[in-house]
Amino acid sequence: MNPVLSVRSVTKRFGGLTAVNGVSLDLGEGEILGIIGPNGAGKTTLFNVISGAIPPDQGEVVYGGDRIDRLAPYEIASRGLVRTFQVAKPFTGLTVLENVMVGAFLRRPEHDEAKVHARAMLERTGLDALADRPVKGLTLSARKRLELARALATDPTVLLLDEVLAGLTPTEGAEMVKVVRAIRDGGVSLLVIEHVMAAIMALSDRVAVIHHGELLAIGPPAQIAKDPTVVAAYLGEEFQIAPD
Amino acid sequence: MSKIRKLAQASSRDLMVLAIVVTILALVPFGVSRFTLSVAIAALIFALAGIGWNVLSGFAGQFSFGHAAYFGLGAYTVAVTLTKYSISPWLGLILGGLVAAVFGLLTGWISFRFGLKGAYFALATFALAEMLRLTFNTVDFVGAGIGITIPLAGGDDWARIQFEDTPSLQYWVILGLVALSTLAVIGVMKSRIGSMMLAVREDEDAASALGINPLRAKLIAIAISGFITALAGGFYTQSLLFINSDLAFGPLVSVLILLRPIIGGVGTIWGPVLGAGILSVLGEATRSLVRQPPSFLQIIEGVNGLDQVLFGLILVVVIIRAPDGVLGWFRRRRQSRPA
Amino acid sequence: MRGRLRKAAWAALAIVVAVLLTQSTWWETNQTVFAQAVVSGLLIGGVYSLVAMGLSLVFGVLDIINFAHGALMTIGIYASYLLFDNYGIDPYVSLLITIPLLFVVGVGIQRFAINAVMDAPVHNQLLLTLGIAIVIENLALVLFTGTPRSIELSYARNEFDLGLFSLDFPIRLFGAVITLPKLIAFAVAVLLAAVLYVLIHRTQLGTAIRAAAQEPEGAEMVGIDVRRIYMITFGIGAACVGAAGALVMPFLFVSPTAGATFNIIAFIVVVLGGMGSIPGALVGGLVIGLTQEMTQLFVSGSSKLMGVFVVFLAVLLVRPQGLFGKVQR
Repeated sequence: MNPVLSVRSVTKRFGGLTAVNGVSLDLGEGEILGIIGPNGAGKTTLFNVISGAIPPDQGEVVYGGDRIDRLAPYEIASRGLVRTFQVAKPFTGLTVLENVMVGAFLRRPEHDEAKVHARAMLERTGLDALADRPVKGLTLSARKRLELARALATDPTVLLLDEVLAGLTPTEGAEMVKVVRAIRDGGVSLLVIEHVMAAIMALSDRVAVIHHGELLAIGPPAQIAKDPTVVAAYLGEEFQIAPD
Repeated sequence: MSKIRKLAQASSRDLMVLAIVVTILALVPFGVSRFTLSVAIAALIFALAGIGWNVLSGFAGQFSFGHAAYFGLGAYTVAVTLTKYSISPWLGLILGGLVAAVFGLLTGWISFRFGLKGAYFALATFALAEMLRLTFNTVDFVGAGIGITIPLAGGDDWARIQFEDTPSLQYWVILGLVALSTLAVIGVMKSRIGSMMLAVREDEDAASALGINPLRAKLIAIAISGFITALAGGFYTQSLLFINSDLAFGPLVSVLILLRPIIGGVGTIWGPVLGAGILSVLGEATRSLVRQPPSFLQIIEGVNGLDQVLFGLILVVVIIRAPDGVLGWFRRRRQSRPA
Repeated sequence: MRGRLRKAAWAALAIVVAVLLTQSTWWETNQTVFAQAVVSGLLIGGVYSLVAMGLSLVFGVLDIINFAHGALMTIGIYASYLLFDNYGIDPYVSLLITIPLLFVVGVGIQRFAINAVMDAPVHNQLLLTLGIAIVIENLALVLFTGTPRSIELSYARNEFDLGLFSLDFPIRLFGAVITLPKLIAFAVAVLLAAVLYVLIHRTQLGTAIRAAAQEPEGAEMVGIDVRRIYMITFGIGAACVGAAGALVMPFLFVSPTAGATFNIIAFIVVVLGGMGSIPGALVGGLVIGLTQEMTQLFVSGSSKLMGVFVVFLAVLLVRPQGLFGKVQR
């Protein structure tokens, strides 16, 4: 089966530090691929390379059959590869609805169409009650959902989620997991960076472990949890996958 | 046509406000002195210039400290095309707008491609305006230091936009320009392009991540902004019947242009017009006070510059207390009320 | 190693060009004008450096773009003019009064106005300081009218016996004319710049200022009153530009907009030298002074400022952090 996104031997250095070292992975269509690893392992840098924010020093990124690693971020996003940010970046001067409309306008240039679609995205993320609120007073959970709704409004093919669960209470996290699953069920392929171990192991079809910029292991969650190198480097002996 | 109808539905409230404001303002010429009318005309000219400024600096968030560049290009285009090529100032206005738009696109492209932002971009716009001022002051073709005088047409001349006998007509023409520009701005800001500008203003990286090309958004903004401000400059030439490089490109002009939207509310549809209204009322009140002060303020009689001191103080107070201007202050009050 | 080689190559090229230049006929006919341009450029450049230093200091420590800098200079100009006109106090002596006066004014402005926009977006800082500038300039207009005034120093054309040799002003150097007020302005400006440098780098106050500039929270934690430092620093910046005002007053027309040209030049110098860099302001001031005077030499009929603006735009586009600044994109 053809992968929808292909990262091939990507290396990125910052001065003397090699943040990402020869990482290769493929994202299958309709797959949820989780990316885990200690802080500073290079996960967000990898996202930045894939989304076009920074160019790789070596390697290439292939999406939809084309090399995208030299394209500008907006070009990549307009082709359907969209990312969210670790620290949410809402447009603070706009209302919640207006925020999502910015995303909706990408594929729906008409104001009314964009508005209708934006409202639909708000419903999917449970934000429809807050549509006309300014961003300022939103809770963290609402901000994260807004970030997600806005990205969804662009009708992405591949979605890169950067720690979308961080800082959420267990209840909020469970809600978010449901939303993410629903997104995948809608036909989007997902690359998800996450620290909340139980959630990511339960959510992902496959998990990739990044450590010191290198891909340590990649495979189904159960296999990863038992992989001795992974356990030694990262997970610790006491970890067990939560029952599904 | 249906596209326009859809936009009209989306902005129906703004259109209603526009209709009401224009109707009220259209009544101004009835029963006011010739002098007051000239003040009102000047206020509308700078309101129009401010509407243009607001598109780039308020909605697109790229602060311009040198919008006199566009004002002056519009002013000189009308002056030169009329006096040297006998081209009607109506056409001259459009040409001036195009010249300004092209200038904006060129200089904007260079500035934005080189990543100029914030204070650096603002200073660059200031430098560009100054360079235009110095250039137009030395080039003979545009009158150098002497400037260009527009010959008086006499009577009411629609073709030359001069209304010696009926100044109300001149007022209504500039009001019409203000109304059209506001209509255009309402349409743009409700559309996809307007959304792009706002997004780029708020957060370029997040906007990029949603497929928006920041450079393109900024360039569209600068072209529209320059065009509208140039219209104001062109009309200014026709109302003053004279232009020189200081009147066209001077730093004072840039300040006057941005003062109105700042006071009224940056990034709002009505900020520039409201700010123009407030400032012209206050300015005239101060000036008449200086002309004939009450007995206990005798000392200020005939003094020059007091109205400017007042403007400066207002600017200082507004920035400290209400940086979003009058309209922004109201909006904040409304938002902070519990839902 | 490669960097040094490149610098050496540039220096060699400059020397070759200079030698060739002096041999050409162009040099024969233009030598005097050239010398005058260089001398005038350096002299005024010294003053520009002093003005820019105050601005750069304020930016480096408070992170504030102060568009009222030129207006503060106007205060200095008027203060020294009034002291001369009404009490006969020599402008250079009046520095003892104008420097503290401007310091106090600066502290007051920071305390009551600037403080409110310390964390506001940059354009608000620009607008606030613009408003202050408008108030100051137009107050001067209201109080003193727009009529330009000037003074004549009684000793400007005297002869000074300095033991080994005597100086008869105006003196001629390589055909260039150097007038006494301009020479004094340059000398005192450089002197004050040195004083400022010592203040920032060799005193306790200076260390506190530098600490507050680099790491305000850390500075607070070791007991530095950062808010007081901000006020003092702004005051010092105002004192610098006020002193510059007193220095230029003898050879400038005194009017409400006298400081305005220096304002924009100060910004250009600071951008060229690097925001927050005092050595940068010194070098930048001299470069801009030279550029200003030499533009007229090479491009006849243009305004002096044109060349300066071209340099400004070039710097903004190519190296916005300036000569000595750090990259801050």
